[in-house]
Amino acid sequence: MEEVETLAEQILGMTLVTHQTGPQGKLVKKLLIEAGQNIQKELYLSLLVDRATASIVIMASQDGGMDIEQVAADTPDRIIKIYVDPLLGLQGYQIRRAAFGLELPSAAMKSFSALLSNLYKFFVANDCSLVEINPLILTSDDQVAALDAKVDFDSNAMYRHKDLQELRDLDEEDPAEVEASKFNLNYINLDGNVGNIVNGAGLAMATMDIIKNAGASPANFMDVGGGASAEQVENAFRIILADQKVKAVLINIFGGILRCDIFAKGVVDAAKKTGIKIPVVVRMEGTNVDEGKKILADAGLNLTSAVDLLDAAQKIAAAVN
Amino acid sequence: MSIFVNKDTRVLVQGITGNEGSFHARQCIEYGTQIVAGVTPGKGGQQMDAIPVFNTVADAVAKTGANASLIFVPPPFGADAIMEAADAGVKLIVAITEGIPILDMVKVKHFLATKHCRLIGPNCPGIITPGECKIGIMPGKIHKKGSVGVVSRSGTLTYEVVDQLTRLGMGQSTCIGIGGDPVNGTNFIDVLEAFQKDDETRGVVMVGEIGGSAEEEAAMYVKAHMTKPVVGFIAGLTAPPGRRMGHAGAIISGSSGTGEAKIAAFKENGIHVCENLGQIGRICKDVF
Repeated sequence: MEEVETLAEQILGMTLVTHQTGPQGKLVKKLLIEAGQNIQKELYLSLLVDRATASIVIMASQDGGMDIEQVAADTPDRIIKIYVDPLLGLQGYQIRRAAFGLELPSAAMKSFSALLSNLYKFFVANDCSLVEINPLILTSDDQVAALDAKVDFDSNAMYRHKDLQELRDLDEEDPAEVEASKFNLNYINLDGNVGNIVNGAGLAMATMDIIKNAGASPANFMDVGGGASAEQVENAFRIILADQKVKAVLINIFGGILRCDIFAKGVVDAAKKTGIKIPVVVRMEGTNVDEGKKILADAGLNLTSAVDLLDAAQKIAAAVN
Repeated sequence: MSIFVNKDTRVLVQGITGNEGSFHARQCIEYGTQIVAGVTPGKGGQQMDAIPVFNTVADAVAKTGANASLIFVPPPFGADAIMEAADAGVKLIVAITEGIPILDMVKVKHFLATKHCRLIGPNCPGIITPGECKIGIMPGKIHKKGSVGVVSRSGTLTYEVVDQLTRLGMGQSTCIGIGGDPVNGTNFIDVLEAFQKDDETRGVVMVGEIGGSAEEEAAMYVKAHMTKPVVGFIAGLTAPPGRRMGHAGAIISGSSGTGEAKIAAFKENGIHVCENLGQIGRICKDVF
């Protein structure tokens, strides 16, 4: 027990850097302590939704562990891929193909079959987009056991999984991103100093590219969505302005469902409440653009307008450089 | 000519009595689209403006001869609405709904394989043949009739591209948003194939995004099967790599998915690459 305590103390409070945490790492706040296992062999097992075939694919390999991506790149035949028809579900022969493909001893068949079949049921029942066990181990007494698990859930399906929503630990998420999610804003905090507000994910990504091309760097990704309300826009603007590293803001709106006048009203409301102390460049086009421009002009705010994307990019780069 | 839709397309709207459904149905009518029916379960017999509302898609098809459907139902009912339209014999289904669970779409996709219909979307702006028929939520007036085909995974990004084309005098034959979801109905290749066959289309703009391998596959198709010029754009080239969960995504897609991989695939396969969205109109002007 003492050893457990000493080791636990070393890990708790440390900053862990993995593929999942990003380069800045994450503070370890909780530990899961499990019984030790005698490992005979390390395997790899995952289930995910495959875009190309629109089905759930099971991937398994005898070469589990850290280097699995290298294995896949160098020796793709060492990865077993089994595509499951979503209308039929996982079949017995598919489980056997995985088990024999992994060259499991016959004594391990029963425990492996149960594990894979339950894993598939879990995947479907909980609307997962990924379940990965790496390593899945074969113990010295020929049983299989999961020593790790990564599970991704489909956010679109969370409305039918209230139990999973309760498990969400907001403490582990970026506070500004949590705040944005309350208003259904698609927001990701980044390292640069140009705040940006855009409608639509594709246009938002392209706008970030344009900011980079102009020699500046985006402070965030903020997609207010196709049909944002004035209230959402106001909150988006407030969240961006509260970000200390933001030195200027680029607003790029192509009004389709989201009308420019609605958008402009949101900007004006937010500006009145929080005040604008940094340069803001606005490029607006599409549905009701003239009304939108009038609302912004009449509000007497200190905004710079841009005629098109290239103009907007040059103006925002000039503002921060 | 044009692809998939024209002035004779007869459209029904699933979810026509909702806020979005009624607003966009009116916009489509104003554009000149033949909206012939609406469907809202429980509201059969009513009317939306002068359009008859039915309880089921099968009723609407039987009574009005609709051959296309525009879907606005909320995400939990999206998959069901698509399957209902397919089962009723609707040939073209355009699903605007954003947020349909991916496992629902996986089932829908396998169900549709047994039907003779085309699904566009979900999570897409729809399809428009300028001057003839708009089945979707795109602003109609930025479009102009012409000979450039546009296919895109995005919504507002497509409007940006179309707007630049129109301002520089290049009209469009048909513009299609195939949707941003991982599992969707019509893909890039389906649309490229149709544009290649369409007499009116002289060149194609393909707008992609990072993630998945659809752009890479489309690029190979262009080289193998297309004689018309294609201009390509990828959004998200400078996006930082996302937080990755596990290794499975990398194993299934290999090196594809990144912006660099997609641009490289475009170049290798003879697609004219636009690296700055602000210039896509000018690049098209040069190429077409």
